[in-house]
Amino acid sequence: MKRNTKAGAETMLDGHTMIISLSGDIDHHSAKRIRGEIDNSLFTNRPKRAVMDMSGVEFMDSAGLGLILGRIACAEKIGCRLTLLSPSPQVMRILDLAGAGRLIEIKQH
Amino acid sequence: MESTEKRRSGRPPEDLKNEIRIELPSLSINEGIARLIVSSFISQLDPTFEELCDIKCAVSEAVTNCIVHGYRDARGIVYITVKILNERTVRIEVRDKGCGIENVKEAMQPLFTTDSEGERSGMGFTVMQSFTDRLAVVSRPGKGTRVTMIKTLSGPRERQ
Repeated sequence: MKRNTKAGAETMLDGHTMIISLSGDIDHHSAKRIRGEIDNSLFTNRPKRAVMDMSGVEFMDSAGLGLILGRIACAEKIGCRLTLLSPSPQVMRILDLAGAGRLIEIKQH
Repeated sequence: MESTEKRRSGRPPEDLKNEIRIELPSLSINEGIARLIVSSFISQLDPTFEELCDIKCAVSEAVTNCIVHGYRDARGIVYITVKILNERTVRIEVRDKGCGIENVKEAMQPLFTTDSEGERSGMGFTVMQSFTDRLAVVSRPGKGTRVTMIKTLSGPRERQ
């Protein structure tokens, strides 16, 4: 049986753009910690642009949706433009349920 | 909920192929464990990747609701029963003995949330509804909530 993947967020600053790489299973259990990691980096560095790379996300439920919607609001507060990169079809289905495509730019690799 | 149990015992027996019953303490770490156990059990039906993802997601939402809303972060037991009926139909029941829901109809509305910090999407029931064929929610304030989800998997013939 596949083990539950440890979820996390790694942030990296590339000029004025912050790259946020999410990985593992994003659910209610992991979302709070990931939120803290992202916000800490976002509010410290206050980048003009941020890209949330979803390619490493193996599972996401509505808690992950809440995490993304919350980060859109946080980015707006500091005048940062947030983009989602490479969500899997499974993640995309959750995003579509909330019409997230109207709130955030979503790019595929 | 007891009355429903009594009624059920009077029904003709279902074409039950297999069954698993899981009891987990209401710890958030068990959300992922519940997903893994249920998806492992369902794997015997050789579901498509998408069907498996849908079921994992629906189970995750139901179990999270028990932990966050049913028991409100106090310790309780989350009861999960998965039945395989009539070859390719899966019935998943997720139950808690927590605080219950005062207004089920309102709670099931998309984007409805009791969260004031704006970090919950309020899409849990919408996900369960969208990713399964049928969703039933029975709740009694002070007694608990039972969520039943039914999904019929595609047959190997339909996939060709």
